Amino acid sequence: MTIPATNSDIQTLLTAMADEIRYSLDGKKPLLIGIHSGGVWVAQQLAAILGADFFDSPLGTLNIAYYRDDFTRIGMHPQVTPSDLPFAVDDRHLLLVDDVLYSGRTIRAALNEIFDYGRPASVTLAVLIERNGRELPIQADIIGQSLTMTEDEHIKLSNNNGLTLTLSTAKAGENDVA
Amino acid sequence: MSHNQLTESGRLHHFLSIEGLKRPLLTEMMDRAEQFSSISHQQVKKVPLLRGKTIVNLFFENSTRTRTTFELAAKRLSADVISLNINTSSASKGESLRDTLHNLEAMHSDMFVVRHNQSGAAEFIAQHVAPHVSVINAGDGCHAHPTQAMLDMFTIRRHKQHFPDLRVAIIGDILHSRVARSQIQALATLGVGEIRVIAPKTLLPTDCKTLGVHVYHDMEAGLKDVDVVITLRLQLERMQGALLPSAREYFQCYGLTERKLSLAKPDAIVMHPGPINRGVEIASAVADGPQSVILEQVTHGIAVRMAIMSMTLGSQAEFHEVTP
Repeated sequence: MTIPATNSDIQTLLTAMADEIRYSLDGKKPLLIGIHSGGVWVAQQLAAILGADFFDSPLGTLNIAYYRDDFTRIGMHPQVTPSDLPFAVDDRHLLLVDDVLYSGRTIRAALNEIFDYGRPASVTLAVLIERNGRELPIQADIIGQSLTMTEDEHIKLSNNNGLTLTLSTAKAGENDVA
Repeated sequence: MSHNQLTESGRLHHFLSIEGLKRPLLTEMMDRAEQFSSISHQQVKKVPLLRGKTIVNLFFENSTRTRTTFELAAKRLSADVISLNINTSSASKGESLRDTLHNLEAMHSDMFVVRHNQSGAAEFIAQHVAPHVSVINAGDGCHAHPTQAMLDMFTIRRHKQHFPDLRVAIIGDILHSRVARSQIQALATLGVGEIRVIAPKTLLPTDCKTLGVHVYHDMEAGLKDVDVVITLRLQLERMQGALLPSAREYFQCYGLTERKLSLAKPDAIVMHPGPINRGVEIASAVADGPQSVILEQVTHGIAVRMAIMSMTLGSQAEFHEVTP
């Protein structure tokens, strides 16, 4: 399977996503939230394309480590950068960004965390990659690209002087929250 | 020798003593506390990490700060917590302790936080609970108070960053202080440059030299150029016999006043595990002064205990069958 692997492939997707975001959220003074760590990178790129005035505040970051559903099975995750939402979410329109939408569990956790900060007017979900394998009734509003992958296949966003995507084949279950 | 606090794969399962723990684990504890401290600033001061876990605070000895901050820490992690104040009569100790424990275990508790006036009580409990249950020592006799030591290390790191460069002085009743014992172990493990204890001979343990500390009997010499000054509460309730002439005379010699503090480095911080006896081990002007971080220690106690609770309960994963 071919995936949008290179940085320029990804930039093309991001530009198209930014257009859709402008179309659906323009004039609503939205707030931008990225999920650690891939979602933050994607959110930063989107913010750069959409310009400084589009969002009403600097980027907020969420770390859903304390909201995951696998603590009893795995325990603590090795590294946790605290969430940082430098704004009040009450009655605001939020754009929630992640890199890959897979099982939907990360988004479930992120929504739970957001609602511990307040009650937003709306949450729009934007993801760079949407793939099959949902375990929860969660869908993205804005999608860079949809991929159909086997259970063994995993896609990962890296950030080394530019975003790149890599496809790997791993045993199922090793990476079941994405 | 301390009961093994770690799981086979090296995760913290009980937290009974600093003794035997390595530097990376103490550093991880402080890093995690740093991450948890932001939760106290949120509108909803709570995360669902320990939802469904039952934590029992067993306090066989009075405490306000420690018990409250353990309770708050558990609640901020969404655990169910109950605190029991159990009055002990020394005659019924061994057997009744075990009985109490089995009763509480029958309620499917996941963790016991134990404070007891007998050294080794927490370890005793750790040896007798079901394998998946964690025990945290919240102070046992004159032995250890490891969570207090870690919140103190966290407070020091917030202000001073690099442990090897530091000179730390602990003043006062070292003999009866489980806090001092745990602090000295933690400071040594973190590689602090120089650890000093300043106390009258009657309030120093006989094994002091083996702890790797420099002993001073004179405040003026002992405080010179230190970065961190830790004052200890004079534990009058633990003293048997005439160890001191009077509280007043103690203050004359070992009370931390502004004048004595001026011998330390100008940016030295002043710490105290609380509760403070004003005018006995510390002057009010110092306790409430600009160099005091005493109330910060209390605040940090919550995040540090959140870190310790989540690390120990996280090790439970190893006792559960992993179902894919």
